Amino acid sequence: MWGVKKNTFRHGIHPPEHKEETNKLSIRQFPFAPLIILPLSQNIGAPAKPIVREGQEVVRGQLIAEADGYVSVPMHAPVSGRVRKLANVPGVSGKMIPGVFIEPFPSSGQEVMEGTPVSLEATPEEMLKAIQDAGIVGLGGAAFPTHVKLKVPDDKECEYLILNGIECEPFLTTDHRVMLEQAEDIFTGIRYLLKITGAGKVIIGIEANKQDAADHLASQVPEDLPVSIRVVPVKYPQGSEKMLITSLLGREVPSGGLPIDVKCVVVNVATSAEIGRLLPHGRGIQERVVTITGPGVIKKGNYLIPVGTPLRFVLEEVGVYEDFSEVYMGGPMMGMAVSNLDISIVKGTSGIVVFREKDVTRSEKVYPCIKCGECVDACPLSLNPSKLGILAKFEDYKTMAESFHLMDCFECGSCTYVCPSHIPLVQYFRLSKSIIRKKIQMKRESEDA
Amino acid sequence: MTILIALATLGGLTLLLALMLLLANKKLYVYEDPRIDTVEEMLPHANCGACGFPGCRPFAEALVEGKVLPGKCTVSSPEGREAIATYLGVDAGAEEKKVARLACAGGINVARNKAGYQGLKSCQAASLVSGGGKACFWGCLGLGDCEAVCDFDAITMNEFSIPVVDEEKCTACGDCVAICPKDLFSLQPESNRLWVACKNLEAGDGVLEDCEVGCTACGKCAMDAPGDLIVIRNNLPVINYKYAGLQSPDPIQRCPTGSIVWIDRDKGIIKGRESKKIIRQGAIKTGAS
Repeated sequence: MWGVKKNTFRHGIHPPEHKEETNKLSIRQFPFAPLIILPLSQNIGAPAKPIVREGQEVVRGQLIAEADGYVSVPMHAPVSGRVRKLANVPGVSGKMIPGVFIEPFPSSGQEVMEGTPVSLEATPEEMLKAIQDAGIVGLGGAAFPTHVKLKVPDDKECEYLILNGIECEPFLTTDHRVMLEQAEDIFTGIRYLLKITGAGKVIIGIEANKQDAADHLASQVPEDLPVSIRVVPVKYPQGSEKMLITSLLGREVPSGGLPIDVKCVVVNVATSAEIGRLLPHGRGIQERVVTITGPGVIKKGNYLIPVGTPLRFVLEEVGVYEDFSEVYMGGPMMGMAVSNLDISIVKGTSGIVVFREKDVTRSEKVYPCIKCGECVDACPLSLNPSKLGILAKFEDYKTMAESFHLMDCFECGSCTYVCPSHIPLVQYFRLSKSIIRKKIQMKRESEDA
Repeated sequence: MTILIALATLGGLTLLLALMLLLANKKLYVYEDPRIDTVEEMLPHANCGACGFPGCRPFAEALVEGKVLPGKCTVSSPEGREAIATYLGVDAGAEEKKVARLACAGGINVARNKAGYQGLKSCQAASLVSGGGKACFWGCLGLGDCEAVCDFDAITMNEFSIPVVDEEKCTACGDCVAICPKDLFSLQPESNRLWVACKNLEAGDGVLEDCEVGCTACGKCAMDAPGDLIVIRNNLPVINYKYAGLQSPDPIQRCPTGSIVWIDRDKGIIKGRESKKIIRQGAIKTGAS
């Protein structure tokens, strides 16, 4: 199995890309909103603990909330201003979460308060601590705290460091622009990452529709870095780290395992650029690149938006057509449908896609499964979505988890995309997974009790 | 001749195996209390799990062993419980009848939707898509998971997509409590008649933009309630059922929105005279206010 390099993975789909609308537009700075609403839970793990009071003045870059535990990262003020209040704010998942409201000073500028720099001479432990202190989470969309992901267990070794520049999600071009404009930061980040993981080789994986980014990076590689740049054919969902490892190395991450089980660590290119930019100055994340696109947006583009900027302000600034009807945070395949425009841009927001009413096809009627097998051919993990869908309908969650590996599904949406009967398979799976997780938790609690 | 051999062989085999079965039955016999079967017959066979046991049979075993009292079965009628108690010669165990109560009154005619939800007709599925389309984060999504899960037909969705509990039929099995993704149901003793039908943790008039019957945490109900019967905690009135004897329909008369109610045995949910009269019968249009 190992060593066979085919440059791609089995199954997958080819949705329309829509990337040409924004991939030539360079990253532009976004203005400060009149009120920054910063949710304190922006990533997987525990929310941060606020250390500011109401009425306190904060400086851009100042620490305003501490990490609460290991799987947690601190938050930094994205703007200089005054803390108006600490209150609950709506989160993208539809829950109310604690947050900080900051009113920017009219004169607040782009200068940032810096902390203790961590140079390349530091030990891996110091670097991991610095990554946590900088509040860095995976910028690809999942927002998993990066320092947890980078920690190689003592009994495992890391052979390859893989940088994920695939960006297979339609519409999004943030990683593309980051690779074109922040090559130097990416390579500085790689130096840190190599020291932390102890990897011997670096591969940057890029899809063929971003040839210009691959050429640019290839021309910028410092001579002393063991970096190879690999261009792979376009296919969704190649940006998932398991698929990417298969494409690049022909290795398969075992079910329920992590990339480190096949001696790999996968990091998004934007995360690497962020590490390379922030660590030498001891700074924290205040802003991120967000692609704002879709047929409903007037001024499409790639914007550097302060974290905590309300979505409503973003849409007002770029302009949306009157009849816009659907807004997605993230891409159209794996992003979240937004039910409330009062949520904020968070560290994990890679894009905002807006559709107008006339662009949306509403498939009202769901037909029965005709056993055509399209979904089986689409599933990148070689699961059986057809069978799983039927089991979900009959609420047989036990069989789904134990015999059909439901928990391996990462909800890429390929099966729903190809289903000719319009069966909402991914929604079934998301629901089933949450119910199974709840049952496991209840079981654990009752065992503890 | 052949047929005789076949008959003899099979006949012999039959006798031999029958003998073995007979011996096994005698040797390996397990005594089971015959009262278990009788008690199980007297139970309602709902297998709902409200008693905390996996079904009626394990509950019957526990009853016969004397581990629990018949009162634990909330599905049986009082006479049924008394019959089991008399049969086993134990006390029936005074368990007050509990019913499921919903802490939300935001039907489609009073509560606003920020976004339209399309997808599986299930509250659990809708709550995973940005919490559903409802403007109030805590409110009932109205897709009827509780109605579907109720084995006793005690829950029906009314014309405004709000579940209504029939207290006669409700057996407090807890299925609706477990399935509601917004945790709006809870099991309450039937005698607790004063009830807060809102879970919105926000305060002020902002609440009313999302839902016309939401609690604004004005505190009028708590202000002159007897003793500590009602206190405001987390921007919601909390009724202290420790002082349940003090409850009266008085506090509901002061509520300006009608989020604190009196649940009458015959007349159903009663709102105070100060509360807003809702005359709208249709749904509020989806979208921003």
